[in-house]
Amino acid sequence: MRGKKIPKKLILPLCALFWLLVWQFASMRIGEEILLVSPLAAGARFIELIAAPVFWLTAGFSLTRIMGGFLIALAVGGGLAALAYRFGAVTHLLSPLFSAVKSVPVASYTILCLIFLNTGSLALMIAFLMTLPIVYETLLEGLRQTDKRLLEMAKIFRISRLCRLRYIYAAQILPYLTSVIGVGVGIAWKSGVAAEVIGLPRGAIGTRLYEAKITLDMRSLFAWTVAVMLLCYLLEKLIRLLVKRAARVLERG
Amino acid sequence: MNDIVLANIDKSFGDKRVLTGVTHTFAAGGVHGVMGPSGCGKTTLLNILLGLLPPDAGTVAGVNPNALGAVFQEDRLCERASVGANIRMAAPAFREDGALRPLLAEMGLEAKTPVFELSGGMKRRVALLRALAAPSELIIMDEPFTGLDEGLKQTAAACIRRRQGGRTLIVVTHSKNDLSLLGGSLSLSLPGCFTTG
Repeated sequence: MRGKKIPKKLILPLCALFWLLVWQFASMRIGEEILLVSPLAAGARFIELIAAPVFWLTAGFSLTRIMGGFLIALAVGGGLAALAYRFGAVTHLLSPLFSAVKSVPVASYTILCLIFLNTGSLALMIAFLMTLPIVYETLLEGLRQTDKRLLEMAKIFRISRLCRLRYIYAAQILPYLTSVIGVGVGIAWKSGVAAEVIGLPRGAIGTRLYEAKITLDMRSLFAWTVAVMLLCYLLEKLIRLLVKRAARVLERG
Repeated sequence: MNDIVLANIDKSFGDKRVLTGVTHTFAAGGVHGVMGPSGCGKTTLLNILLGLLPPDAGTVAGVNPNALGAVFQEDRLCERASVGANIRMAAPAFREDGALRPLLAEMGLEAKTPVFELSGGMKRRVALLRALAAPSELIIMDEPFTGLDEGLKQTAAACIRRRQGGRTLIVVTHSKNDLSLLGGSLSLSLPGCFTTG
């Protein structure tokens, strides 16, 4: 006889609970909080952190720069993808540039940027540079997959550029945009925080992580990591929701 | 509005010769049937008339590329947009859904419904209305009644006749009955083709 199925909405929380238990068990087994802090201790420190105004200032500092970089990459990458779709020569022109951008390590960029920029703008620039090629390539692929039969229809009926953009390209690009938000927000946070750890701008999450490392404050290190994960998750959901809503309003007309 | 004159149209795809020396005149303002079995080049000929395909040889005269309407073999609708938006994008003179209501009522459609929620037959009716609503001198219809049952065919044909408004209508169909529903007659039977209905 087959057992009862677990309800779908319980699967993810149960899996998360399983890994928290593994973490708790590993921490208890090692028995040294300085090596591996327990999830309970990290959670308690996280609650302490969010109760303090400095947490929100720190999170706000990193958030505005990292998400600013990603949103600029979305705009610039989208614009370049549209240009490359329209003019084949742009694709060839940008190809070596983006190949180079993709292969250079975050650390090299960070050090280079520190020569030209102040540390406050570092995370914005790094998040922008790390996500720009992904945005460009994904959106260009989306545009290339546009239904040619719909474009023929638009040509026959002399449908305006605005309507083509609104009803044909927007619908086509939406799944690719959703996908690039999912991947891009994560990369922006990872690269942005890594840059902050190197550049140490005053009042940034990366700087807090660095301070936790040098003072061996593992509880804070884990708590800030949890904060980054939560911010990344919530912002990805928020941007996806906004994009979907905007697309729905545009398409329904 | 001019007669549409095809002169010695040839078209091949690789080694396959689809159209050979097609010469024909479609009188302005008439309802013209183009018939023949699958694969004899009917859709290719329509695509040449629409300017979507260049002929290998021959000329097409009398088609104003800025005054075309079409019902394609597939519906070619923007699935996530509403019925009203799909029609208005081709017929911007209908500034709002309210203006479209009488037209939509003839085919039993609602302006606000997103196209992806419609059945195949309803989508076909939207494609027909889009072609009728768009400003044009020539409307080309490739199997316009695909997916419509007998009752809906009658309704759609009556709507097309009412809304034709003196425009030239070229219809590809396998059925003479469909053609007579539109008040048209067989105008061009492509070489090697046979007719049914």
